[in-house]
Amino acid sequence: MLDFPRWKQVFYWTIAGLAMLASLPSIASFSNLRWPSVLPRPEVNLGLDLAGGSHILLEADPSQVRRQRLEAMDEDVRQRLKQNAPDVRIGDISTKDGNVSFMVEDPGQIDKAREAVLPLTSGAQLTGKRDWDIQMLDGNRIVLTPTQAGIDQAITQAMDTATEVVRKRIDALGTREPTIIRQGADRIVVQVPGLKDPAALKSLLGQTAKLEFKLVDSTASQQDIAQGIAPPGSEIVPWAAGSSTSGAGAIAVKRLGGIKGDQLTNAQQTNDQRNNQPVVSITFDQAGGAKFAKLTTENVGKPFAIILDGKVISAPNINEPILGGSAQISGNFTTESANQLAISLRSGALPVDLKVVEERTVGPDLGADSIKKGMIAMMVGAIALMTFILVTYGRFGVYACVALVINMLMILGIMAVANTTLTLPGIAGFVLTIGAAVDANVLINERIREERHRGRRVVQAVEMGYKEASRAIFDANITNVIAAALMFFFGSGPVKGFAVVLVIGIMTSVFTAVTLTRMWVANWLRKARPADLAL
Amino acid sequence: MKLLKLIPDHTNIHFLRWRVPFYVVSLLLMAASITLVATRGLNMGVDFVGGQMIRVTFTQSAAAPVAALRGEVTALGYGEPIIQQFGKPNEISIRMKLPEGSDKDAGLADSMAKRITADIKARHPDVRLDGVDSVSGKVSKELGWTAFQALGFAALAVAAYIWIRFEWQFGVGALFALVHDVTLTLGMFALTQMEFDLNIVAALLTLIGYSLNDTIVVYDRIRENLKKFRKMPLPELLDLSVNETLARTIVTSLSMLITLCALLLLGPDVIFGFTAAITLGIFVGTYSSIYMAAPILIWLKVTPKSFVPTETAIDKQERLARERP
Repeated sequence: MLDFPRWKQVFYWTIAGLAMLASLPSIASFSNLRWPSVLPRPEVNLGLDLAGGSHILLEADPSQVRRQRLEAMDEDVRQRLKQNAPDVRIGDISTKDGNVSFMVEDPGQIDKAREAVLPLTSGAQLTGKRDWDIQMLDGNRIVLTPTQAGIDQAITQAMDTATEVVRKRIDALGTREPTIIRQGADRIVVQVPGLKDPAALKSLLGQTAKLEFKLVDSTASQQDIAQGIAPPGSEIVPWAAGSSTSGAGAIAVKRLGGIKGDQLTNAQQTNDQRNNQPVVSITFDQAGGAKFAKLTTENVGKPFAIILDGKVISAPNINEPILGGSAQISGNFTTESANQLAISLRSGALPVDLKVVEERTVGPDLGADSIKKGMIAMMVGAIALMTFILVTYGRFGVYACVALVINMLMILGIMAVANTTLTLPGIAGFVLTIGAAVDANVLINERIREERHRGRRVVQAVEMGYKEASRAIFDANITNVIAAALMFFFGSGPVKGFAVVLVIGIMTSVFTAVTLTRMWVANWLRKARPADLAL
Repeated sequence: MKLLKLIPDHTNIHFLRWRVPFYVVSLLLMAASITLVATRGLNMGVDFVGGQMIRVTFTQSAAAPVAALRGEVTALGYGEPIIQQFGKPNEISIRMKLPEGSDKDAGLADSMAKRITADIKARHPDVRLDGVDSVSGKVSKELGWTAFQALGFAALAVAAYIWIRFEWQFGVGALFALVHDVTLTLGMFALTQMEFDLNIVAALLTLIGYSLNDTIVVYDRIRENLKKFRKMPLPELLDLSVNETLARTIVTSLSMLITLCALLLLGPDVIFGFTAAITLGIFVGTYSSIYMAAPILIWLKVTPKSFVPTETAIDKQERLARERP
């Protein structure tokens, strides 16, 4: 137990030395000292609760993805049949009951219709199942039911796209080091340190930015619109707040034949040359530009509605065909809201609405205050504790105290190298670890004391002390690790930071308080050969 | 140099003599804590009931004008706020329920926070906005459930570990000591109405790990003595074990409390409740390792047999051979 060959001593010192070395950049940064830029600088990250910043949890509504898939399938079925089986006449197409069903007027053509729509379904990734089930009912009806595998795949894809869109939008704000992570099936966590105005970020993330251009159905009467009755093939869309020029609350637009605003190459906030109002200038890509040119050419003189996230923002007349592939979106904009829309359009529409279900924002002053107070508490606590240990255990107390200082530096160093995050509860974890680390030394020293009282000789007493105390130290540390592990798996950001400090602290404290002190005691015993221990 | 000795070397205190009265007192305290939690309730933070918490510091004033603020915020028409100091008297948190319909339109919660902070800033120019926490009803329910799961799993996992390392009676004893410590800590939160949030759950989890440290030291010694003194009556053996480890129990708890007190008095105000929970838990944990965890072994009838290897056939032959004259 007390035999430490030279290589072992060198090995232990190397471990301790390297870990302590890694803590230096963090210490320099806490004390506002400059760290030479030529040296590597692993540094402890500060959590949002210390550095200030915003944590935002966004949640998507999966039922929206399901609805969108049904609507898309509805349109695909119509188009597919028109193109590939124009002689098949269908009717009574419906997307109610969570599936797409339609009637084939001539039951003899049902197999042909089925053949035609079959390519619309495909395998859902790796599951070996199809994304839609096709059934034939009553000999004349075809029902396409989305499978669970298909729905899951669609939600995953929607969330992947949404995460990418969120990243682009946050990057457009020019904030530093945002963290954007998918969480569970339908959530995205966004963490942005040091943000001045979280409200702007939230409204940017909350904007789906689904832009549509649809022809206005002028046949609808104002009364029908007010009652929500749309002419066949049309739908009622409400005006966005403050945008309606006529004072009407809603407008009827044709459901089909419009184009979507997702085929853009650019969007910029500019000012209208005529009245200097803020507008958003958009540029279509080639395919989008062609579609837009066709729509405007075919409908000169008619009004069309610009619809953003299901609300009409303006409904200008098409005065002449727009062939250049660029257009201007006017509406009731301020410079900020036009700019925000431009960013949203540039980054693409969110495939699904996201709403903020949790937000935590911490001002930078509070964090700085917490770090300062945490440091003071740690220093005072450590000094008080070391004094207590010194007067209680003398020489063995000195070993314990040196081990404690090395322990503190090692925790910091390992945290820096492992790129973990120090949070406010993490500071408490640090202080707690200081208190707990000397526990091992107390157990060992008390045991040595006891063995001496039983009449064992010095070397034997020390050996027994370390051996017998190790059992309880081991068991106690395991229970602490169990609690910390559960905290890590169940806890949120700051609590996770606390658990990380505890676990690292438990590991380093076993090394410093047991292994290192044993080495020092062994060295001393060999050199001094004391006949008695002052303990 | 003369070393400090808090606990004399050979104490012989009959701790276990008072085990029944202490158990009665502890059970009464636990019952009182449960009653307090049930009747008075925990002052749940937004983490667990949803809503919005705005933290502000009045940088130029000694104390926040709580009564005036309550009136001002209520006048904004979002309902009555819960205003609470944390740390220093000039640091407060204002808690609001989320406005109706905010689960559909997230903008409502934002505009509420904006109006409240703008109003306070206009009336009190020295206000510094320290943070806004906004948690929806759905998320708060999930947070509550995960916290409950984490606490339950942690207590059971730790007790199971003790069972594996020792014997089932020790596992039960450790679990009981844990329930005791956590219940009393919850009772303190119900009594003082300090805010109960996610950090406090982390504190309780820490407690589940650390309050057992002393219990393990005592149990370890009980096991050792059970092997050593097979004929000794159990109460006597427990007393001996507790006395032998008394210095350890006291010094380790004291060293934890020294650092915790520094954190409590000088540390960041935001985690005062967190530190208070751990401090109380460590304190109660020291007592429970002596008076809760040890005596229960008498009632659960621990015997030295649990730790003495049973005699194999070969052992028996050897023993008989030895005993033959």
